[in-house]
Amino acid sequence: MSETAGNDTLHAVETIGLNLWYGTFQALIDVNIRIRKGIITSLIGPSGCGKSTLLRSINRINERLGYVRVEGAIKVMDKNVYDPEVEPVQLRRQVGMVFQRPNPLPLTIRENILFGHKIHTPSSSKVSRSAEDDIVESALRQVLLWDQVKDKLKRKATGLSLEEQQKLCIARLLPVKPQVLLMDEPCSALDPKGTEAVEELIWELRGQYTILIVTHNMAQARRASDECAFMLMGELIEHETTEELFVTPGNGKTADYIEGRYG
Amino acid sequence: MGQADSTSATCNTDDRRNLAWFIDKAVQVLVFIAGISAIVFIIGIFVFITKEGVGFILKSNYALSESVFNLLEDQKMPEDQLDAITVLEGKKFSTAEDLLKAVEGIIGVEAAGPYKEVLIEKSHDQPFHVKSFFTSPKWAPTSEIKPVYGTLALMVGTASVTGLAMLIAIPFSLGAAIYIGEFATGRKREFLKILVELLAAIPSVVWGFVGLSMLNPLIIKLFNVPIGLNVLNAGVILGLMAAPIMTTIAEDALKAVPDRYREAAEAMGATRWQIIFKVVVPAARHGLVAAVLLGVGRGFGETMAVLMATGHSINLPTSIFDSVRAMTATIAAELGEAAVGSDHYRALFTLGILLFLITFMINLSADLILRGVRKE
Repeated sequence: MSETAGNDTLHAVETIGLNLWYGTFQALIDVNIRIRKGIITSLIGPSGCGKSTLLRSINRINERLGYVRVEGAIKVMDKNVYDPEVEPVQLRRQVGMVFQRPNPLPLTIRENILFGHKIHTPSSSKVSRSAEDDIVESALRQVLLWDQVKDKLKRKATGLSLEEQQKLCIARLLPVKPQVLLMDEPCSALDPKGTEAVEELIWELRGQYTILIVTHNMAQARRASDECAFMLMGELIEHETTEELFVTPGNGKTADYIEGRYG
Repeated sequence: MGQADSTSATCNTDDRRNLAWFIDKAVQVLVFIAGISAIVFIIGIFVFITKEGVGFILKSNYALSESVFNLLEDQKMPEDQLDAITVLEGKKFSTAEDLLKAVEGIIGVEAAGPYKEVLIEKSHDQPFHVKSFFTSPKWAPTSEIKPVYGTLALMVGTASVTGLAMLIAIPFSLGAAIYIGEFATGRKREFLKILVELLAAIPSVVWGFVGLSMLNPLIIKLFNVPIGLNVLNAGVILGLMAAPIMTTIAEDALKAVPDRYREAAEAMGATRWQIIFKVVVPAARHGLVAAVLLGVGRGFGETMAVLMATGHSINLPTSIFDSVRAMTATIAAELGEAAVGSDHYRALFTLGILLFLITFMINLSADLILRGVRKE
């Protein structure tokens, strides 16, 4: 199997020689990683190792900080996101993001689901109300939230429980049909029950979307991902299938981390 | 013995009444007095204004008004007697008996006898008429014959100036708040904030001066109108005065919107414009409404600039080039000339109550709306 053919068919996200600086601090050092399509990849590593930074540079959301400088390339579906003709707005339609703290907008549940859809639909093409209803229902069904909220779609989304809010935050990405879902510690604000429910949901979405999860929780990475990448001090140390990485880590640092010797 | 000693020693170390303790207590008392004083002052002012103003509302006079003369004529009072008592027209008596005595003094007790009933029952006259107070555009408190206390023109004057001011101030201040809060960064932002606060500190008499000596000739020249002291002039001045305060409060409201909302919307692909108008402004709407209401309150309460820029003439304006007179300016200009305790003096206090109630309602609703946002 040749390299390029592999890229076309297998990988949703690929970084090539990615270096990133916050001001003068270098947060990512020469990161080369390939994320395979349709599976769940987890990013692990101690705090400050650059895993969130890597995730947030894929949809270019970390540019809102203003003092970020990037070298190298990030390819999403074989297109470099730093190409001058790539608009962040279009990129973010392809690459959805779920944050550490559930952040539904202070609107109703229905408006939250339709928010992304509306901003990506040109205002000339009017979508009927019933079509919108269908979009809301199918998105909420996909995240297993429909039965709980179907009677309160007009209520504020901020009134839901944290677990429901996080599910809603995943659901609102789906109507614009993204290719990649980035999740930045999606369960760290939830209790064990909520964590389990959201993990189950993520597993449910596996196959339809390429999912990249940053997690602090090694047990979560182990049970809820197909592949796992270990980062340390801004560098990618190891990227293997989850089983291999946890059972027979190829690098001593990885072994030390998953054994809990630091982190 | 030894045990007792050790107990007392412990007590001494627990006793913390050192200098810091006394300072703390003293500061507590001072702060309490300062806090309470605000309440005391407000109640004091309210009682003072109400006492003077309500006196006018409830005051009743007895006088020979036109309707009384008409009734007397209907009852066939002879011409010469009618002529004789016209000297009493407009004169006010505190009781009906005093009035009767005065009439009897002129035409004699017997002659007055048949008209006693009319004189006692129909001569009752209140300077304050609820209907004319609110609906008459005529404010003529110093009229010798028949003083009229109609506040309609004054209320319309204040409202038209404030309304125009808000039309100018709302877009300016919200735009400025959005720029400072959402777009400007670092130094530029700090600099702008300081400038806006400086602008808010310009004394209103200075603004009045600008209206009088700069805007006045400018309006005359630009629009070719005979007088430049009018609704437009005062509205522009008041709008510029209210905008900085509104900007500051609106910017606070925008800043209170958590950044994660912006981040969430941006991550979904919203543009800056969409983030601001679909997420940030709706989330801050309570604060923004409160900012506007405080601006309106400021407009209603502003005195000096309005006095100088409106032209101060009683008028129901039909265009923005008409001069008007504001409630506040009326009080400021006339209170010094009104005899203490006279109807005119009291009527000005009643006007004060009306103004107080209006601004109180506006500020109260602004406060309630702001509170509502905090609860959410």
